[in-house]
Amino acid sequence: MNQKKVLFTIAKTHLLTKFRQTATAALGVTFGIGAYITLVCFMTGLNKMLDDLVLNQTPHVHIYNEIEPSEKQPVSLYKEFENALNTVHSIKPKQSQVRIHNALPIIDHLRKDENVLCALPQVRTQVFYVAGSIELGGTITGINIREEVEYFNFGDYVVDGDPVDLKNTDNSILLGAGIAETMSLHIGDRVQITSTGGTIFPLKIVGIFQSGIADVDNVRSFTTIKTAQRIVEGSDNYITDINLKLNDISQAPTIARTIERQFDLKAIDINEANAQFETGTTIRNLITYAVSITLLIVAGFGIYNILNMLIYEKMNDIAILKATGFSGKDVQLIFIMQALIIGIVGGILGLFLGMGLAHLIDGIAFETEALPTITTYPVNHNPWFYVIGITFAIVSTFLAGYLPSQRAKRVDPVKIIRGQ
Amino acid sequence: MDIVLEARHIDKYFTKPVEFHVLKDINLEVKKGEFTSVMGKSGCGKSTLLYILSTMDTDYKGELFLNGELTTGLDSNRLAHIRNKYIGFVFQFHYLLSEFSVLENVMLPAKKLGEKSVEEIKEDAMLKLKMLEIDNLAMKRANRISGGEKQRVAIARALINDPLILMGDEPTGNLDSQNAENVFRIFKKLSDEQGLSLLVVTHDIDFADKTDRIILMGDGTILD
Repeated sequence: MNQKKVLFTIAKTHLLTKFRQTATAALGVTFGIGAYITLVCFMTGLNKMLDDLVLNQTPHVHIYNEIEPSEKQPVSLYKEFENALNTVHSIKPKQSQVRIHNALPIIDHLRKDENVLCALPQVRTQVFYVAGSIELGGTITGINIREEVEYFNFGDYVVDGDPVDLKNTDNSILLGAGIAETMSLHIGDRVQITSTGGTIFPLKIVGIFQSGIADVDNVRSFTTIKTAQRIVEGSDNYITDINLKLNDISQAPTIARTIERQFDLKAIDINEANAQFETGTTIRNLITYAVSITLLIVAGFGIYNILNMLIYEKMNDIAILKATGFSGKDVQLIFIMQALIIGIVGGILGLFLGMGLAHLIDGIAFETEALPTITTYPVNHNPWFYVIGITFAIVSTFLAGYLPSQRAKRVDPVKIIRGQ
Repeated sequence: MDIVLEARHIDKYFTKPVEFHVLKDINLEVKKGEFTSVMGKSGCGKSTLLYILSTMDTDYKGELFLNGELTTGLDSNRLAHIRNKYIGFVFQFHYLLSEFSVLENVMLPAKKLGEKSVEEIKEDAMLKLKMLEIDNLAMKRANRISGGEKQRVAIARALINDPLILMGDEPTGNLDSQNAENVFRIFKKLSDEQGLSLLVVTHDIDFADKTDRIILMGDGTILD
């Protein structure tokens, strides 16, 4: 232990006498790690925000009845044409109901599955929003507002009004922001809705809904399941969609496939619906790490350089240390220690720099209509990034110091001393 | 008298730039307390021999015994320890670590050996410096003292672990006659008063004449 201290003292003294070069090398590491922390905090914050934007409102499994053509046309059932090449032109979708058959027992069944966090019924239908003589096409969705708020953060997207009012007020509606703007409607106003059957319903606006996705906000509104069922003139068991939230999101595809087979329904899982988000996240992470690693490699070359220089300059010291009984390993350790001192000091400063910059970005105002819940730039302060950052610094400086130290280890003292 | 250092049938070849037989079947003994000098013309192999005897150069044929123990073929860590504990070196150049104080330079090999506490080592180092009459320089930085003083610091450093043998490669080569005389007096005193063995390679005939024994070398062999 005492001997290590001797080596450490030598390492430290060398660095202190070359303070300017040491500081430059350490600053390289500082900027590398600082940039990594800033980038990774900002990028993952951004990722999380973008994912939340869509994934929060997207059910893990969405179950509905799809209108599609029959896979087996009647002709293929006809035995006489079994071996013939049959061509059917202009296939039309099969006549079927939009609602899910036996929806309530299915929901009960799904709720018993222990991986299912919640199963929420919805009633979705086409309507027209009527403003004087103008009719705007759109959809209205009947929901259980309390559960939607609890499981799908629905409250985040109600920018005006209280979502719970939907339940408390009869014949009420949460109007899409785009529609409200087009029709100049505000909370407390009434909006006329015409069902596809032609019946007119006057509904009271209790809130404005804004998802941040314009295409959605221009057409979609929400009401209670009961009101929606009245609009479609359906009974209590008229349910068009079931949304599942799972405890383990990775199980979504398996569960979706099971439901499709078991109930003969269409079930879309979240991975299918949002494959592009996964790609975006991966690419942003890739950029973050590519930039950070590049910066660290540059810093690594700085350290490599200063150690090489130091070894040339201290050739005599190395020779006499070896002559007086320090082994090659001891000498190597001196230079590895120097690399690590630079790495650790530079790395820790880098963590502080990164933390400062991340907090600075976190404080910058960032308001956009598309994202109603965001007021400042999104930053993800995950302590793990700091652990990764300092590990990064230590590993890269160790590698940068290893090669020069290997050379110092091999220095032949006889050659140096006789060469004088 | 005990034999401190013994070399048997040492052969050494240089392969670069051309193959050259530097040392031819060298046999040599150094007894305890003996002050030996090695003389010879430039290129006769005397320094090469010294570095083999010092265990720093391991590329030779033959056998080398230090204090009765065979050192030929030991691994480099073991040899480093042997140099640390049993051999002291003084070179033509002082080789002090310029950023460290005189005292720290002297203490360094003892700290490496690690047999004594730092306090004891400090005391020993001050004692050596006092013996060499440079204790007043202890706290000065090694690059702030004169050439003669540096060489005396180097001697103190060589003595800090109380070695069996002190080896010198032209230790007075860079010094003026007064300082050279000084260094010789120190060596002589160590030999006489403390029974330290010394093996010094030198060009200086005056220096060599005053030692107990002169080994004269020529063309890779011991002439006398």
